[in-house]
Amino acid sequence: MELKRGPVVQAGTLKPPGRWGVVKKELARNKYVYLMLVPVVAYYLIFSYGPMYGLLMAFQESYSPVNGILAGTWIGFDNFTMFFESYYFWRLIKNTLILSFYSIVFGFPAPILLAILLNEVRKKWFKSTVQTISYMPHFISVVVVVGMLKTFSTLDGGLFNVIREFFELQPVMFLAEKDMFRPIYILSNIWQGAGWASIIFLAALSGIDPQLYEAAKIDGAGRWRQLLHITLPGIMPTIVIMLILRLGAVMNSDFQKILLMQTAPTYETSDVISTFVYRSGILEGNYTYSTAIGLFNGIINFSLLIIANAISRKLNSTSLW
Amino acid sequence: MKRSVGERIFDAINVLVLIIIMVICFYPMLYVFNSSISDPDQMLRSRSLMLLPEGFQLEAYKSVFKDTRIYTGYMNTLFYVVAGTAINLLMTSLAAYGLSRKDLMGRKTLMKMITFTMFFGGGMIPTFLLIQNLGLVDTRLAMIIPGAISTFYFLIMKTNFEGIPTSLIESAKLDGANDFLILFRIVLPLSKPILAVMMLYYAVDHWNDYVGPMLYLRSQELYPIQIIMRDILISSSTEAMGAGTDTGFAIGENIKYATIIISTLPIMLVYPFIQRFFVQGALIGAVKQ
Repeated sequence: MELKRGPVVQAGTLKPPGRWGVVKKELARNKYVYLMLVPVVAYYLIFSYGPMYGLLMAFQESYSPVNGILAGTWIGFDNFTMFFESYYFWRLIKNTLILSFYSIVFGFPAPILLAILLNEVRKKWFKSTVQTISYMPHFISVVVVVGMLKTFSTLDGGLFNVIREFFELQPVMFLAEKDMFRPIYILSNIWQGAGWASIIFLAALSGIDPQLYEAAKIDGAGRWRQLLHITLPGIMPTIVIMLILRLGAVMNSDFQKILLMQTAPTYETSDVISTFVYRSGILEGNYTYSTAIGLFNGIINFSLLIIANAISRKLNSTSLW
Repeated sequence: MKRSVGERIFDAINVLVLIIIMVICFYPMLYVFNSSISDPDQMLRSRSLMLLPEGFQLEAYKSVFKDTRIYTGYMNTLFYVVAGTAINLLMTSLAAYGLSRKDLMGRKTLMKMITFTMFFGGGMIPTFLLIQNLGLVDTRLAMIIPGAISTFYFLIMKTNFEGIPTSLIESAKLDGANDFLILFRIVLPLSKPILAVMMLYYAVDHWNDYVGPMLYLRSQELYPIQIIMRDILISSSTEAMGAGTDTGFAIGENIKYATIIISTLPIMLVYPFIQRFFVQGALIGAVKQ
């Protein structure tokens, strides 16, 4: 290998390299790394920032596939006003928020509880059996889960109605009942996701220093006190981070699942912003109007994330950035 | 060590609760399996909780296997999983290696640009129109290219790469290795566990994807299994499948159960063996979040 020498410094002759010179040198030194990042940057520019450019459509009257986005007629915030004044507006906001609120209140603590319970198990084989079985539903696709819900709800011999009959209750078409949509959605989400989501908390639990427990035992703390004063504080940062992320997605209900689950009779409780965007945009072709609704949704989400993060940083110095 | 009475009660309640949770998680799957092999008439009459199959038939499975849509769907899914995951791993590794290099100029800006996409995006309609304008609608590429990198998985992988000693990379450089060689010969072989985790995460995502195909695929011969399943399970097209069999209509529900089993079994069988990797992956992800 050839030995490279640095420039010989002669007093007065060496000019500090200009900005361009620094960049050129850096490019030469790391040229392969930059080469690797070319497809990555291209990917993000096209598939993440491309659609963000497409958001401009929200301020246009209609979208023309031939002329592209910049050629459209600009109408300012008319699409938004139209949405705010539409019959669906409050229904969509209400459904989206209620589903999200219930998901947080009931769904968020479930994996934490499961992780704590699992953490208290002494027999290793029992712990891993519970884990294996509780993760299983995660591997069932949404389509199958909704398919199962649907077959379980059939009037004639579906599992749910067999159970109802056992208690001598009238059979019910669960998925066609508007009052049943929310509980079924939330409970089946917990069934499918709690085990899997507990992994992250188990990981956090395994990071707690065992000496803390030893010390607590010597001080005479029972299992309950240990749980309260060591275990919970130990995983609090993880809980907070997960909660912030969750709050940043308050307006995102599970589009895939709701779309599969909802039936016309349940629209009153099941129709959320994302399903509405799908129907009015993809199915009916109201591209610019639906884009505006999607943008409105995205901005609320993003603002909530920033607010939640700021509050958390103030309160207990845990934050995403 | 002797345990006190309080401790024993604590443990007993804990174990009991966990057993109940296990039953709740497992029972629906057992019910589906038993239903799929039960005799439809007997099943309707007895209306039991199906802890054991009621009667026995394999007609439902025969009907499902006779359905060519299932076979095509399986093959398509297999292709999307394999090709998609390969692209995912390549792109994610390139991104993670590049951005884990601390001496890289513009690294911070790039990271900000990428992280931002996790929290804000163009949404469904602009993305759909973009894919359409790129001419990807109704092509296999639409299942592979648009989701080539998951930012969240990329962050996990990058954190992992950052744990590899810089001195190792520097000494390879002194020996004349370029960055491609370093990535493929040193960094990736050292990161096998995280690669396995990423592979599984991506593969499961491809396997379960249903919105992508629903939005971007038009031709039936490109449909993955999930779309076929939706047609069978949710839009109810089993009557046609059952029509050819002796039991006819009554077996329709059994066919649904059999479809669920057939499309879920492969991943269920593999997963207990790979479970430890998942936990490892979560641990790696949790270290620096």
